Amino acid sequence: MPNSRIKVPESAAAGESIEIRAMIMHPMENGFNFDSQGTTIPVHIITDFVCTYDGAEIVRVQLQPGLSANPYFSFYLTATRSGAVDFKWTDQDGTVTTNSAQLQVT
Amino acid sequence: MNPPGLRRLAVSVLLSVLCGLICASSSAAEGTASAAPRSGYSYLSEETRRLQDDEFANPGMLWVQKGEELWRQSTGQAAQSCQSCHGQARDSMRTVATRYPTYSPTLGRVINLEQQINRCRITRLKESALAYESEDLLALTAFISHQAKGLPVDVGVDGPAAASFARGRAFFYQRRGQLNLACANCHERYVGFRLHGETISQGQVNGFPIYRELWQTMGSTHRMFVWCNEAVRAEPYPLGSQEYVDLELFERWRARGLPIETPAVRR
Repeated sequence: MPNSRIKVPESAAAGESIEIRAMIMHPMENGFNFDSQGTTIPVHIITDFVCTYDGAEIVRVQLQPGLSANPYFSFYLTATRSGAVDFKWTDQDGTVTTNSAQLQVT
Repeated sequence: MNPPGLRRLAVSVLLSVLCGLICASSSAAEGTASAAPRSGYSYLSEETRRLQDDEFANPGMLWVQKGEELWRQSTGQAAQSCQSCHGQARDSMRTVATRYPTYSPTLGRVINLEQQINRCRITRLKESALAYESEDLLALTAFISHQAKGLPVDVGVDGPAAASFARGRAFFYQRRGQLNLACANCHERYVGFRLHGETISQGQVNGFPIYRELWQTMGSTHRMFVWCNEAVRAEPYPLGSQEYVDLELFERWRARGLPIETPAVRR
């Protein structure tokens, strides 16, 4: 499973807008590169990124080969209730990477 | 044209311009041998500096995080981890990156941090050595170097390391390759001049291993040396070769006093 990093505040006030950040280690090969022998390196990318908050989907991204390596996402969510913030990256070959954090709403 | 082809073309164009620049022999204002060390950070764009300074968004932190996992992970026949001997890296590894490469009395030669990590793996963990430039070795090197962030580079170049240091210095000033350029031609004589869109830096190594935007990944000092040697169309030495360790020692001495920035982000 590739290495991933997430940032979710431990606690937030109800109604507060908080920044969520997520990054994954991935080469995002675009299919236009060659190795030292001149052979094409096939496309190897993450195709889907999904973030859910307390079970409900809040962000879904479809990634394309034009993205640079180690894709990084930053977005805001409005804290309404305590719950888990789950992250899921899906590789083109179906490999799934997950990460999760608990958000406490006061 | 494919991107690597374009990149090769761009490099050729850049280098032809550089040749013209050097042959023109103008009176350079900046870039004398006595110039104070200046980190590559100061040549970066505002955006790239912000990326390096952001503890989360800096992509090099992915390797630092992975290195931390590897530090704790028991492995090898000894079923030990780095942490079994060294404890908390925060304390035990605080100053290590500032003084490598260093002379190893047991080996009788100067070795760098990557080679020390592999020596520990072989002798203590009873584990195989990690390949040079592999993701795991870069991660461990980045994690250990990151512990010294902010501390000044301070390598020893006297005594048993003196011979190695002298060879490294000679390498730096030796012209090589089809373009017949020494490291010093760009990174000492023409520092501050423009090479197309870029400003020539001093080529300091205080932020290594670096996340290089061109490579889209992490790279060691030796990968950078290979890249530079290829750019002047010289035959590069193998990664981890004594020639490059000597050069690394000289480069670290050049960077003396500069704060460690690992993981630095560079162009």
